[in-house]
Amino acid sequence: MALASGTLYAAGIYLMLRRRLAQLIIGLGLLSNGTNLLIFTAGGLTRAQPPVIPPDATHLAPPYADPVPQALVLTAIVIGFGLLAFSLVLAHRVHATTGTDDVDEVGREP
Amino acid sequence: MRALVLPILVPMGTAAVMLLAPRRPAMQRLLGFIGAVIMLASAMAVFSHVNGEGMQVLQISGWPAPFGITLVADLLTALLLIAVGIVAVAVTGAAFAGVDPRREAFGYHPLIQILLMGVSGAFLTGDFFNLYVWFEVMLVASFVLMGLHRNRAQLEAAYKYVTINLIASSIFLTALGLLYGITGTLNMADVARIWPAVRTTGMDAVLAVLFVIAFSIKAGLFPLFFWLPASYHTPPAAVGAVFAGLLTKVGVYALVRIFTLLFQGGPPALATMLLVMSAATMVVGLIAALREQDFRRVLSFNLVGHIGYTTASLALLTPAALSGAIFYVLHHIVVITNLFLVSGVLLRLRRTTDMRALGGLYRGQPAFALVAMVPIFSLAGVPPLSGFLGKLAILEGAFDARAYWLGGIVLFVGLLTLLSMGRTWADAFWRPSDEADQGTAGRPLIFAITGLSAVTLAISAMAGPLFDLTWRAAQQLLDRDAYIRIVLGSVS
Repeated sequence: MALASGTLYAAGIYLMLRRRLAQLIIGLGLLSNGTNLLIFTAGGLTRAQPPVIPPDATHLAPPYADPVPQALVLTAIVIGFGLLAFSLVLAHRVHATTGTDDVDEVGREP
Repeated sequence: MRALVLPILVPMGTAAVMLLAPRRPAMQRLLGFIGAVIMLASAMAVFSHVNGEGMQVLQISGWPAPFGITLVADLLTALLLIAVGIVAVAVTGAAFAGVDPRREAFGYHPLIQILLMGVSGAFLTGDFFNLYVWFEVMLVASFVLMGLHRNRAQLEAAYKYVTINLIASSIFLTALGLLYGITGTLNMADVARIWPAVRTTGMDAVLAVLFVIAFSIKAGLFPLFFWLPASYHTPPAAVGAVFAGLLTKVGVYALVRIFTLLFQGGPPALATMLLVMSAATMVVGLIAALREQDFRRVLSFNLVGHIGYTTASLALLTPAALSGAIFYVLHHIVVITNLFLVSGVLLRLRRTTDMRALGGLYRGQPAFALVAMVPIFSLAGVPPLSGFLGKLAILEGAFDARAYWLGGIVLFVGLLTLLSMGRTWADAFWRPSDEADQGTAGRPLIFAITGLSAVTLAISAMAGPLFDLTWRAAQQLLDRDAYIRIVLGSVS
């Protein structure tokens, strides 16, 4: 998991350093997913132990998955998704206005 | 105390009501202004409670502290909320002068309210993850406000702004994930309680650097400020005014919270890092301001440079320095918002903010020049205006903490600011010029500027009582144990 998260970070940052807007946005997406995995991993992983109290018990028996990181990641996914959608629209707008997707040429007058 | 939710709920409600009247901009302007006035009133109510009865805590829905969502208002929060309210009233009032109809059709007024909600939420929250969410609320609103553009320069500024802020958010979220992994909680007070027992040198350094990078990008500290002057001068003046007045200050506020709660008595290297970054921010920002010819770009670089004042005092972490920093932030919010509104008047009068094409305003518009003089000279630090008092307090803080070289830099940068703002005044207002006015100033805009100038004068005149307040706010910030006790120990 740590490796996967690290790979996503590295790929995301590499893509963001490229000059094309589309790659920049994919990079942003990868970076935010890398972060989500990191929260998940740092919160501690357990296998097949949902944090649900069984019907015949009154307490949660100790090996159970921590529900908080799941909630955090869920929130972060929703926010990340919205932002990604917004940046796609913005990129489309940039392309429609300037006719280029090279980040260095957007600001340059034709 | 229940009133704590009001500064968040009022703008949210206002935005919701506005959306019911999408095709009636005049109605939306009026609603926005009323909402802002109510927000200011609720901020005052919060302040009077905090001032009278000490720190106020609200556990939403009665969930006890580390589990539910907590809102906390100490003196710093209360003072900042009042500043937000003042900016809100000024900007929504200035909107009566007219906004680009295309912007109004795309929801300019509700977006401003959402932005204000995000800022108030960030100031009030007592939970790190909540802080992240409020940051995002604020950012999304600001993205859309930036993105409502057609021309090349504005689009370029918008996507730069979006990208750099998304990177900052990712870094912040990374730091939160690690923090949760170590402490098992994200409630600020709970983290502060557990942190001293579990901190290790390695984790300390990693988290501190991540937090400092994330918030330095948002606050605009050297070497991470380059996006700010590249984007803040492109949106219309009222949007620029809200951004410049509030958004960077939220970054500073987050740094203040994190430093006082987690890294008090932390590794000295961290404080040194922040000090060096702040000093570089001040010097580089002001030198860059001196070579600019455009009024709004001069303002942007001045904004960057002066953020350095506050973070440098934060790095010292003494009551005197912190108190000076709080005073300076309050003064700066009012003044920089005002100056961006002034740039709006310049745009309406002359269709440009290039100082080479300005001039003669003192003769042509004496009343406007008189009210614009207050923020310009206050930012420059001319006594007895508030900028001078704020700098004096920061200087005292620096000398108190025996950081003499920092005091030297503060003085030097003060001189550069004086030069930069003096040149602005001389070029744009004082210099005789044949340029004729091409438009009218817009009465509501002038009213807003006059109001903010009056607030600046009031801050200068009431500096004594205000310093007492900021002093108490600084002591509250440094008393970490009291914060933990009050937040975790009460269910209201």
